[in-house]
Amino acid sequence: MAQVSMTVNGKPASGDIEGRTLLVDFLRDGLGLTGTHVGCDTSQCGACVVHVDGKAIKACTVFAAECEGSSVTTIEGIAAEDGTMSKVQDAFQTHHGLQCGFCTPGMVMSAEALLQENPTPSEAEIREYLEGNICRCTGYHNIVKAILAASGQDVSKIAAE
Amino acid sequence: MPKDGIGASTKRREDVRFLTGNGNYTDDINIRGQAYVHFLRSDVAHGTLNGVDTSAAEGMPGVIRIFTGEDFAEVGGIPCGWQVTDRHGEPMQEPAHPVLARGKVRHVGDPIAAVVAETREQARDAAEAIMPDITDLPPVMDMKEALKDGATKVHDDLTSNLCYDWGFVEENKGAVDEAIKNAAHVTTLELVNNRLVPNAMEPRVAVGDYNRSTGDHTLYTTSQNPHVIRLLMGAFVLGIPEHKLRVVAPDVGGGFGSKIYHYAEEAFCTFAAKALNRPVKWTCSRSEAFISDAHGRDHVTKIELALDADNNFTAVRTETYANMGAYLSTFAPSIPTWLHGTLMAGNYKTPNIYVNVKAVFTNTVPVDAYRGAGRPEATYQLERVIDKAARELGVDPIALRRQNFITEFPYATPVAVEYDTGDYNATMDKLSEIADLSGFEARLQESKARGKLRGLGVNCYIEACGIAPSNLVGQLGARAGLYESATVRVNATGGITVMTGSHSHGQGHETAFPQVVAEMLGIDASMVEIEHGDTANTPMGMGTYGSRSIAVGGSAMVRATEKIIAKTKKIAAHLLEASEADIELKDGQFSVAGTDKSVAWGDVTLAAYVPHNYPLEDLEPGLEETAFYDPANFTYPSGAYACEVEVDPDTGKVTIERFAAADDFGNIINPMIVSGQVHGGLAQGIGQALLEQCSYDSDGQLLSASYMDYTMPRADDVPFYQVDHSCQTPCTHNPLGVKGCGEAGAIGSPPAVVNAVVDALQRAGHSNVTHIDMPLTPSRVWSAMQG
Repeated sequence: MAQVSMTVNGKPASGDIEGRTLLVDFLRDGLGLTGTHVGCDTSQCGACVVHVDGKAIKACTVFAAECEGSSVTTIEGIAAEDGTMSKVQDAFQTHHGLQCGFCTPGMVMSAEALLQENPTPSEAEIREYLEGNICRCTGYHNIVKAILAASGQDVSKIAAE
Repeated sequence: MPKDGIGASTKRREDVRFLTGNGNYTDDINIRGQAYVHFLRSDVAHGTLNGVDTSAAEGMPGVIRIFTGEDFAEVGGIPCGWQVTDRHGEPMQEPAHPVLARGKVRHVGDPIAAVVAETREQARDAAEAIMPDITDLPPVMDMKEALKDGATKVHDDLTSNLCYDWGFVEENKGAVDEAIKNAAHVTTLELVNNRLVPNAMEPRVAVGDYNRSTGDHTLYTTSQNPHVIRLLMGAFVLGIPEHKLRVVAPDVGGGFGSKIYHYAEEAFCTFAAKALNRPVKWTCSRSEAFISDAHGRDHVTKIELALDADNNFTAVRTETYANMGAYLSTFAPSIPTWLHGTLMAGNYKTPNIYVNVKAVFTNTVPVDAYRGAGRPEATYQLERVIDKAARELGVDPIALRRQNFITEFPYATPVAVEYDTGDYNATMDKLSEIADLSGFEARLQESKARGKLRGLGVNCYIEACGIAPSNLVGQLGARAGLYESATVRVNATGGITVMTGSHSHGQGHETAFPQVVAEMLGIDASMVEIEHGDTANTPMGMGTYGSRSIAVGGSAMVRATEKIIAKTKKIAAHLLEASEADIELKDGQFSVAGTDKSVAWGDVTLAAYVPHNYPLEDLEPGLEETAFYDPANFTYPSGAYACEVEVDPDTGKVTIERFAAADDFGNIINPMIVSGQVHGGLAQGIGQALLEQCSYDSDGQLLSASYMDYTMPRADDVPFYQVDHSCQTPCTHNPLGVKGCGEAGAIGSPPAVVNAVVDALQRAGHSNVTHIDMPLTPSRVWSAMQG
């Protein structure tokens, strides 16, 4: 067992870990931040995407020990202190960009990162960026639409609710 | 008017918790003192299990206890919930299904031992030190080989690998054979409906808990139907009566059928929690899910369509081999039979239909319902053979369909079901409009100019939803009723809690169900809350699958709300000193007809709980009503779908350029949610058609056992979809006139994609390509183009 310390959602966080403890397990089991999900074991599904020092990463691809001293943001740290959702979160609700909600935290974290890199992405750019996030419920239609809307683009011509 | 009543695209109230990381999925539940279980699973497909040496693992750090099949000798096996009767009136062959393997292992993933330890990692480490002694047996993989005389048997105590040989309708067979013999034209198609893995994004989880001082068991599990699990596991596996067993399915991350069934891991955690007097938790990894979640589809079919000289369909005859896998999953026998054969009329007035299904045991993971469940298999073969027939006859495939549409309702099919309503020409007209079919030619030329092959595929579908009338399914072999339930609890200050036996795992019940109650009472939907997923506080219900929740569960809620309305009118009549017959309820106000006397909803509900001025001699205080609703018939959603593809002639890569779906779901509660359901189904159907294939090698090893190998549809594999559900022929036999929308997209879309690819190749001169089996990978399409 070793100690790891990092900043998570703006607050100091530390805990005992094994060398093999993944960041996602430390967040979920060590810190009780269960919003970050585990949907696979081959770093494919993206349900565990968090931001480490401003970059979107899959929290199952990094050991907790590697994040010593890092600043980590999880889905729990995206809405404002008073609970007001971010533009991306709000657009996901407005445009029905989620159903079962399991992939949603990772989708939101990827979308937030995309819009930081590319404030007005095209449909094709969004679809390509989401290659690492699998959703089984929505068929992606309303996820892509929500991200376009969150970036301030007109989505009124995209079919259906 | 009530805010957010029926027909409003109300934003989903459940979204906020999911979007902010505050969902409560089963893996988020941790109980003080819990231990962790890891299952050692068979890595061979078929073998004699001579013994399990756990000695090296026993003493490893953190190990609490190791269980093997011998520990479950006194425990029931995993039950099957449906008994199919074969062509000769004999019951299907039904093998035992132990919680942990005994004597034999029968598929890669069959659980052999379970290690319970202090941590997840310790349990996994110790499992690696267990030495099972297995003598390999030849794996039974190919269904037709499995039925040959002398074939190795998956279950030694059965007479063969044949679960059943089912004929439907057996009495039709002679007339069908005759019609095919006398037909002007017969089109024959042999195809495979590819095996799929449902892949809900949340892997399964079970947490067993036991209170020794009260004898109460609790199981937290990823289920679409906690009451079904409680009954199956309690009564048939562990012998725990319902009042001592609580099953909780909290937020569930998708199901698509795979979380209907009772799985061994649930029984294990419940059993072990008592045996060890500690909570026991199991979290499935994705790799483990691939070899332990029930798979879907896996049919091998030959279909023949007979036509007369005027191109009227005169007969359909099919022969299907349906893979059951190594054991019978909960509803497996019903899928290729009652959910498949009964749909073989499709949207067409074919007078003679005969369906033969041979269900076969193999050394593979059990196969059961996956989104659509039997109906996609029926739709796919029928809509593919019709397209092939149109091509052979040189007629327009849409015109051929229209010519044979059923146009008068109710319509009794030759396969034992009666469609109540539908308008197949209307959905085809709507499809033509939203898909811009008249613009196809221009788009074809544009594709050609870019060196791409373009094709158009159109098809129809019908499905039987709102599952199901209990007395009917009882006759068909179901070992359960398929009603649904609701308790409507009106609180003193007027707010309402609805406890439903339905379960929401993405469908948005928490938003849509209140819209119905709000509409009926004329109050805001925000005054209504839905409770579901916990057997402790919901009435016995059968859960969510088969597009049944609004049609059956919603109807139960309507019936319970009607009882509430009847009682509140009595209370209002008393308060207003008027006759009950004169009381009207509108916009949350009770008024006396023809007067200005009224009393508000909240005053009436308060009177029910503070009954000072109340007709106590005639009426009980309180305001809570329960209803169980058993549907009179299935519902029959239908629609027409169109897919346009481009094929790269150099690589065979297919891209979906346009996809349009015109559905008739009857009346609709929340159009936004309905569209979302269709979108998701379309992606799953496109996934089946182009990408997904569960592959075993000849040794029974699963080749596609991770997301590195099993191709899930991703955002850049699909386009924006055009969906429409404005064609509405309401269901005639449920109070909401609803039909259900959950599975349509997955049922209707695979044939559209394959029809489109075949069309593209035919237009490019590959006239010998009449069919390609799914998934239409670049390799398969390219090979087809090479002749």
